[in-house]
Amino acid sequence: MKINSVKIISLLFFVLSAFYLYTAYQIQVFSFDEDSPFNAKTFPIYLGYAGMFFAGLKIVLPDRKPIEVDPTHLEFKKTILLVITMIIYGATILKVGFFLSTSLFLVFSYYFLGERRWKYIIIFSFPFVAIFMYLLHGLLAVYLRDPLLKYIGIMG
Amino acid sequence: MIEGILIGIKTALSFQNLLMVMVGCFAGTIIGMLPGLGPMTAIALMIPITYGFDPATGLILMAGVYYGAVFGGSTSSILINAPGVPGTVATSFDGYPMAQQGKAGKALAIAAYSSFAGGTIAAIFLLIAAPSLSKVSLSFRSPDYFGLMILGLTAVAAFSSKGNFLKAMMMCVLGLMLASVGQDTLSDIPRFTFNTMNLSDGISFVLVVMATFAMSEALTIIIKGNDPTKAAKQISLTDLGSIKVSKEETKQMAKTIPRSSILGFIIGVLPGAGATIASFLAYGMERNFVSSEEKEKFGKGSVQGLSAPETANNAACSGAFVPLLTLGIPGSGTTAVMLGALLGFGIQPGPRLYETNPEIFWSVIMSMYIGMVVLLILNLPLIPYIARILAVPRTFLIPMILFFSVTGIYLMSFNNFDIFLMIGIAVVATILRLYDFPMPPLILAFVLGGLMEENLRRSLLISDGSWSFLWDRPLTFCIMIVIILLVGWQIYNSLVKKKL
Repeated sequence: MKINSVKIISLLFFVLSAFYLYTAYQIQVFSFDEDSPFNAKTFPIYLGYAGMFFAGLKIVLPDRKPIEVDPTHLEFKKTILLVITMIIYGATILKVGFFLSTSLFLVFSYYFLGERRWKYIIIFSFPFVAIFMYLLHGLLAVYLRDPLLKYIGIMG
Repeated sequence: MIEGILIGIKTALSFQNLLMVMVGCFAGTIIGMLPGLGPMTAIALMIPITYGFDPATGLILMAGVYYGAVFGGSTSSILINAPGVPGTVATSFDGYPMAQQGKAGKALAIAAYSSFAGGTIAAIFLLIAAPSLSKVSLSFRSPDYFGLMILGLTAVAAFSSKGNFLKAMMMCVLGLMLASVGQDTLSDIPRFTFNTMNLSDGISFVLVVMATFAMSEALTIIIKGNDPTKAAKQISLTDLGSIKVSKEETKQMAKTIPRSSILGFIIGVLPGAGATIASFLAYGMERNFVSSEEKEKFGKGSVQGLSAPETANNAACSGAFVPLLTLGIPGSGTTAVMLGALLGFGIQPGPRLYETNPEIFWSVIMSMYIGMVVLLILNLPLIPYIARILAVPRTFLIPMILFFSVTGIYLMSFNNFDIFLMIGIAVVATILRLYDFPMPPLILAFVLGGLMEENLRRSLLISDGSWSFLWDRPLTFCIMIVIILLVGWQIYNSLVKKKL
């Protein structure tokens, strides 16, 4: 059996299914429901076994079309930077507010992806978000939480 | 039925709904045109907006986006040989050579007319088939529904991911596992919540769709270093040539359209098959029907070679609505997303939808037709302008997709946890995509998870814990036989064929 990335992912899925199955057995059901033909843990238990079965087959059976991705051709740096930017965006959107956090997220994302034309970077961040907010909050009456704009007095 | 059609026309033709069809078709065309982003992404991005409207309007908007995205996918196939969706791959076989011969406008027109005709014929079939099937499906019981759901998942796993059956089945199980998070619907017992309140209501459907489609597709484009707009820089998007179709070409299309429509509709109704298989089969079938002289032109810019897959894929899109509207069981990833949205509106599609919410049932069917008219009279002449979206650099495109994804979840929950969870799922989905793990089975399973558990619960309780419910009723027994044949065929393909 040749080990490749798909087999490793399948092995991880097997472990995940085993953990899921263990957790499913730990689900506390009502005492009167324990011997019932179906209770809250019945379906998850079947799922856990099904996951282990399919992952097990994938590990054991030979691959018809093995896929190998060459890591040297992948752009990890840009992707990781983008994911970190999204996490920071997610962490600040409630505290800092929609306008500033979204605009900064867009500015940094454009920059990290290689955009250097600052005129367009600015146009498609701050004014774009302002128009978007106006459409959503002003016209469609969709609530947007923005403590900063509220503090300044722009938003009600 | 006439009364229902009139209700549908009245609802679909209200100013707001008409506007939504136009907006949906336009937005769908733009998103569908971008290689790598298909109808599922387009619909996923629209879901948070649709929740601001009433169910009929929301669904009409999504139907418009769906058709727009399919049309947009054909456009990028023809213009830059980069199909936006797998369903339009066959379109590029003859569409792109036509564009290279300076007949891009004509190719787009043939595709649009064929799509319109295919969609129209399929809409008529849908009008006839859906109410009849609704009445038949009233006799279905829980074991039948449970069997049908298993069949749907197995079929999607078998057809949507050629040669990746086990991977697709793993994705199905993962989708069902994600759906099981949260309180049990009957007993309210928390499951897999790990003592956090954020998971007690389960994982939001929109979150999973956004993460596995919009966000992970954007991340996949970045990690692979693809530039979806690169090919567009090599052709003129403003000078596409005339969109006039000659009499001779119309005659050729008139022969192709009826047979491809019927084939497309039938394939679309089957669970899991969908537009991709329909378009390839129609292309192959058309090649066998034409004269040997015309056969030579296939792959080099044949009118019939372009018309057949375009007709079939649109007919299949309409066909896919039959199981969704009549049984409440989606047969494809895209209709699974629509089912999720319907459930979000508090509507349970199925045989009773026809009676309980006739305005939704009929307005969705009618809006499909109106959507196709809109595509033909508005989008086709605007293609030289809409096609410029292909020239938008990915440095702007990707952050916009990520922004709409995060904003969509933010607007629904105002909760950091959901955003982090979405990013986490998107990262995992991106890694899985790199190794060809298909995402549509995951979404279908996630949407069906709750219904499947409910039907299994009822079946097991009725049969007092015995699994004999799988063969007690003739219908359930037939469904199980089909499932066994499907799985057996997949095992044969993966094991026996390899040795031959």
